[in-house]
Amino acid sequence: MVLTSIEILSFSFVGGLLGSLLGIGGGIIVIPALTLLLGIDIKYAIGASIVSVIATSSGAAVAYVRDNITNLRIAMFLEIATTTGAITGAYIAGLISAKYLYIIFGILLLYSAMAMLKKRHEELPQNVVSHPAAKKLRLESSYFDKAMNKEVKYKVAGVYSGFSTMYIAGVISGLLGIGSGIFKVMSMDLLMKLPMKVSTATSNFMIGVTAAASAGVYLMRGYVNPEIAGPVALGVLLGATLGTRIMQKMKNTTIRMIFIPVLAYVSIEMLIKGLGA
Amino acid sequence: MDENKEVLMEEKIKKEIKEMDVIISKALNIGVITSALIIFIGFMFLIITNKSGYPKGTYPISPIEIFKGAFMLKPYAIILAGLLLLIITPVFRVAVSIITYFREKDYMYTIITIIVFIILMISFFLGKVE
Repeated sequence: MVLTSIEILSFSFVGGLLGSLLGIGGGIIVIPALTLLLGIDIKYAIGASIVSVIATSSGAAVAYVRDNITNLRIAMFLEIATTTGAITGAYIAGLISAKYLYIIFGILLLYSAMAMLKKRHEELPQNVVSHPAAKKLRLESSYFDKAMNKEVKYKVAGVYSGFSTMYIAGVISGLLGIGSGIFKVMSMDLLMKLPMKVSTATSNFMIGVTAAASAGVYLMRGYVNPEIAGPVALGVLLGATLGTRIMQKMKNTTIRMIFIPVLAYVSIEMLIKGLGA
Repeated sequence: MDENKEVLMEEKIKKEIKEMDVIISKALNIGVITSALIIFIGFMFLIITNKSGYPKGTYPISPIEIFKGAFMLKPYAIILAGLLLLIITPVFRVAVSIITYFREKDYMYTIITIIVFIILMISFFLGKVE
């Protein structure tokens, strides 16, 4: 038991580290590791993953909010869509079998990997036209980029399309127990055209709140197994603490290039498991 | 003269907000660290005593059962109490933001944050009904 716990603790640390860097929560590492490496029922893996998402978010939020990289207004505004979606997803989850969850999750990961690959050279968004609603909602802001060593002012586009995508991101979060941070980061990045760091930090903040919306449901259903979710929470918290420290000084392109192969590998593994047995 | 006063007042409010932000972020940080400690202690109990406090394969799933068990020092319940505290931190963060926006006289975001908070409460309530 102790050995398994240490194993869970270790990959949860990696999950928290990568999750806090990319704003995607630890679930993306924790779910496949628990199910594929340890053969744990996807039900408990999802419960542990919900916990890991909250741990990543809370572990990293303090620093990101303090340094103004997280855009709290954007987070709160989009959170209306995400939390509503999360409730929807959590209720659909009971109706879908584990096999389909593997397939959906596998496709989801593969899609994320491709989307990340396309964006590997982008530093800051160019020629952004402000959405009228962005002005009304006072969403536009600035942050200090430690890697570039300058203040970055940014505009916000695609407020409505971003809002709609967030609902879907919420459904996925409730359905699969992942923070669906990739969807959040992508819609903030591609539709709302925020700087990458703002997208990941804001997503990081949001995934915790969204996950909390469905965590209650999962806890009551008995998905949160203390022997699994406990070490996951500890490992992820430690990993996220370290991740926050290095994220600001690290280049986004570097982080992406480390992450893409991992993502692609895991997605194929999940697809095989879902399509096979 | 009056203008000067106003500027001074504004600066004072800004300073208060900043101070409050620091207090909030510290409080939340303490919450996260406390939950981690509780989980860790529960786990140590589990390893040392080699008893979960519950029949094999079962654990409490309602907050009341969890807290009851935690007070009786049952390892599984202690771990779950820590996890529960961790789960609550984002909700607490939203609740506190309502107060912060209200103090900043930012009524649009006070309302937006209240809506988010209500949806969160609904989701907890729905989980209970299930």
